[in-house]
Amino acid sequence: MTISVEGDLTFRDVVRERSGEDIHSCFYCQKCTAGCPTAFVMDYAPAQLLRMIQLGQREAVLSSTAPWLCVGCETCGTRCPNHIRLAPMMDVLRQMALEEGYVADPAAYALHRSFLSSIKRWGRVHELTMLMEYKTRCLLAESSLFFRGLGSDLMMGKDLVLKGKLAFIPERVKRLDEVRKLYAEAGEGNK
Amino acid sequence: MKYSYYPGCTAKTTSVEFGFSTEAVCEALGVELVELEDWSCCGASSAHSLNHELSLALPARNVALAQDTHLDLVTSCPACYQNSLKADRALREDEAWRRKMEETLDFRYNGEGEPRHLLDVLSHDLSLDEIRARVVKPLKGLKVAAYYGCVLVRPPEFTGWDDAEHPMTMDRLLEAVGAEAVDWSYKVDCCGASLTLSRGEIVTKLSSRIVNGAIEAGADCIATACGICQINLDTRQKCEREVPIFYFTELMGIALGVSGLEKMWGKHGVDPRPLLRERGFLA
Repeated sequence: MTISVEGDLTFRDVVRERSGEDIHSCFYCQKCTAGCPTAFVMDYAPAQLLRMIQLGQREAVLSSTAPWLCVGCETCGTRCPNHIRLAPMMDVLRQMALEEGYVADPAAYALHRSFLSSIKRWGRVHELTMLMEYKTRCLLAESSLFFRGLGSDLMMGKDLVLKGKLAFIPERVKRLDEVRKLYAEAGEGNK
Repeated sequence: MKYSYYPGCTAKTTSVEFGFSTEAVCEALGVELVELEDWSCCGASSAHSLNHELSLALPARNVALAQDTHLDLVTSCPACYQNSLKADRALREDEAWRRKMEETLDFRYNGEGEPRHLLDVLSHDLSLDEIRARVVKPLKGLKVAAYYGCVLVRPPEFTGWDDAEHPMTMDRLLEAVGAEAVDWSYKVDCCGASLTLSRGEIVTKLSSRIVNGAIEAGADCIATACGICQINLDTRQKCEREVPIFYFTELMGIALGVSGLEKMWGKHGVDPRPLLRERGFLA
């Protein structure tokens, strides 16, 4: 009998190298999936994704929604008998997906991008303008994303304003040039 | 007892109750907090989501600033805490990265300014007896579910000061101020964190499950140590009854008799005043 492997077997080595996690040692006990709070909405559960990386299924992995629904709660890594931390692995998969043009969850991407641009602008997050940029980015990416949850977003925004929990004027870091230098060195200067 | 204090971006805005009660409780306990001069955002969950290098560089700036003070760096936000810890570890263990950051930020890494969470500091640098001695209004009869959430105690190889699956430090503090900490099964489950903006329905499900767990355990309220946990549980719970969600520092503040807390209650989603009045903690 011949078993042919059609996957990209360099993929798993790249993920291992960039995440620092020994993905090869997974023996599929699925404790990560069992403890994952968001596995129920992922297209592939955490253990499945690990096995797909081992088998070199590069395109399916990079276009998966799982890394975008992972909130980095570290339950999986805490419970893994082989000490694989999946949170840094999910970070690497998200970053590789972006480098190769896959964005499986444009709303999550819009949120993180708006957050980072707020820090670059002020040195600290200014929630009000960050949320406005987020909604604009959603609208530009896919108009349905703009309307998804809009009602509850507005209600929450109104509540926060009425309770005095949103600052209108941003706090600006004095040595903002230091923060911007960190962005430039990390290749985020023009994003 | 003196520390550098890193409030984080939400301490005066969406988590103003946490920022206020942190400072008030520390003052009441004789813990001096000196705000870190010109601190910047740690990158929250967005930096590590999109750019690995940036996720280590942003908090490295705060670690570098803290070193100049020769004091431990205390924060009450678990995300700030976690990111600062990772940045500190990278500076300590990765020589090439350390040299690069030293040059960019013009500092010399000396291992001082250790990032610590407020819960760790109050639990381990003070004794429970010292805290008990300062209680003026014990929270007698108040049943609290202590909720730790995710990255406050995980991953254990980074945090290490409490059990990652069954932490007890917050339970002990609440007991020290007279409350009854209930046993329950959801203290380290995740609330859904930043998905609250992009996928609110997921967070409603996760947060409601946690609040239901507290109701089943007979709790009157939940105590948290995280801004996003508080806002998610407070505004997204859909359960048979409304459960007030406090910061653990707010409850400690009541017991220690700090003033100004009354201005915080109206900022909560679920109004905690009926419960506090019923138990005689509020006139």
